[in-house]
Amino acid sequence: MLLFIGMAVVLCLLGYGIGYTVSPEGGGNLGLFIAVTIWLVLSAMSVFGGGSLILKLSNARPVTPDLHPQLVNVVEEMKIAAGLDATPKIYIIDERAPNAFATGLRPEDSSIVVTAGLLSRLNRDELQGVIAHEMSHIVNRDVQFITVAGIMLGSIALLSQVFLRGMWLSPGSATRRYRPKSSKVGPQGHAAIVLFTVLLAILGPLFARLFYFALSRKREYLADASATRLTRYPEGLASALEKISAESIPLEAANQMNAPMFIVNPFTGKEGMSLSGLASTHPPIHERIEILRAMTQGADFTSYQRAFSKMKGKPTMIIPTSGLRKDKPAAIREPHPDVVKEQTKKAEVRDVMDLMRAVNGYAFLICACGLKIKVPPGFDQPAIACPRCNRENTIPRAQVSDVAEAAAVIGAMVGSLAAGKSGGEPPVATETAPKGDYGREAPPLEYRRRTDGWESFACSCGKHIQLSPAFSSHQVTCRNCGRIILVDA
Amino acid sequence: MVAWIIPIILVAIVGFFVSIYNALVQLRNRVRNAWSQIDVQLKRRHDLIPNLVETAKGYMKHERETLTTITEARSRAMGAGSVADKGRAESELSGALSRFMLVVENYPDLKANQNFLALQEELTTTENKIAFARQSYNDSVLFYNNKIQMFPSNLVANMFNFVQNEFFELEDASEKAVPKVQFTN
Repeated sequence: MLLFIGMAVVLCLLGYGIGYTVSPEGGGNLGLFIAVTIWLVLSAMSVFGGGSLILKLSNARPVTPDLHPQLVNVVEEMKIAAGLDATPKIYIIDERAPNAFATGLRPEDSSIVVTAGLLSRLNRDELQGVIAHEMSHIVNRDVQFITVAGIMLGSIALLSQVFLRGMWLSPGSATRRYRPKSSKVGPQGHAAIVLFTVLLAILGPLFARLFYFALSRKREYLADASATRLTRYPEGLASALEKISAESIPLEAANQMNAPMFIVNPFTGKEGMSLSGLASTHPPIHERIEILRAMTQGADFTSYQRAFSKMKGKPTMIIPTSGLRKDKPAAIREPHPDVVKEQTKKAEVRDVMDLMRAVNGYAFLICACGLKIKVPPGFDQPAIACPRCNRENTIPRAQVSDVAEAAAVIGAMVGSLAAGKSGGEPPVATETAPKGDYGREAPPLEYRRRTDGWESFACSCGKHIQLSPAFSSHQVTCRNCGRIILVDA
Repeated sequence: MVAWIIPIILVAIVGFFVSIYNALVQLRNRVRNAWSQIDVQLKRRHDLIPNLVETAKGYMKHERETLTTITEARSRAMGAGSVADKGRAESELSGALSRFMLVVENYPDLKANQNFLALQEELTTTENKIAFARQSYNDSVLFYNNKIQMFPSNLVANMFNFVQNEFFELEDASEKAVPKVQFTN
């Protein structure tokens, strides 16, 4: 709201300044009036004019239940969850880029548009997350909000263009014609106002644009929060965003005006990552995913706010306080059974693939973000960047190549034979002095950590044990021989 | 001057109470509307079941029991009266249906049946719609009950006999773990 007021202030100041420059006697108020009128007329035109122009332009086809029953069902589910009176109209665009958006200035005559690419990629829970996000745009009246703000941005740009060109054509006309009569401001005051107006005409559109983008990003976060509140399942939207962001096919149906309504920025391809700064309509997608995945305790606004503050590292408010006050705890639901089945199937395939990689001498690193990095046998760099989170992961020396690994295993065996002595490379867990009260079990080994990064060492049985940077426990159990190894940080 | 002030204050007070009354009526209607939404979906589920059982019967010769459990649960749910009764009967039906869906996994022929697939999607969405309608109903009941209990709307609520509504709870082990709704006062 503050950003919106900021834009309005820029518009009003610009109008007043231009009016004043043209005619100091009462021209300021007239200019202000004209500026606001331009904005209102343009807004009215967009409200009553072709709201569905984008639908016609993009060749959107209306969807019927027999064409795509699941999509229609999911939209109806979300309509019920959002408590809307009318189901939004649903359209499909035949484009491969996965994306979706909402249009319509009033909730009663709104539409949700998805691309064919989106439908082919997402499972039921993910589709539900996307539709919930779009439904939230409709319920929060973001389409209205963004349209009005966008038109204000346009008015500011229009006014300053006209003014600057006018100044260029007849420079000084404004200043020279002026003879102070009964005005309260002297010639200096007058010059200051003119100068200020010129500055405003140059910088105003720039600021208005930044305000507009900030506004749009804020509404995106809000729509994400509302979407999880509707579905009670943040993971659905998170994994949908992940799938969508993995694609870099440009969307032809997008333009500057409707960009804020899409689920992800339609202009952000692979090279468009530089856009995700101040001049982007959408927050960086990895931040959105991170927030959603951090919502482990509930699917309500308070949880989203907490996850957002945690991600930003400072308590920035993203949910309006009125929303937080009305909030009530909401528990996260279970994933849809079909989705679980799909995941277990995928996991099985992944296990088999990993087994084959292990046979072929691949090494596995678990990144702190949870991704399993497969390091091919010939890889000779000391570190590898995680493909998901881009974090640098140092490769433990024992894993650099299978030659080194074999050497390490032999080293470990030597180490275990000469129990008590530490092997050279890699480090080997050492025997502690047996306390005698371990019964028939072998006494625990001891390993002293050297760094805070990745480390691997060999158990006395020769099995390699890896410690991640996130490892915080005081002991690990060897998966081969079951021996307990005390880890000393 | 004073002669003017008193009527103005009176009109303001009356207007204030009228607005509270109207807000209460609006909330009550929203609760009723949300309840009818649940009702619509529950009916839809009741309508789907005979069809589902009929389709499955041909394939599942050895699952008579599962199918009769569903049919019985359905007729019990259709006869239930109060909100609490309905909640119990419907959650029983939900349980029977989810057990049925597990059993279906053993009948690949049935799962390949086009008609059954369509029914399965319908059933899934109906289950979801029930859950979301319940969510929305409980939200509106919470608002309404809060309004009835809080000052000054409680005065108007007592005067015109606005009664608190029950929440629609499903008796399910997994749902029991969920933190209970708390009133904010």
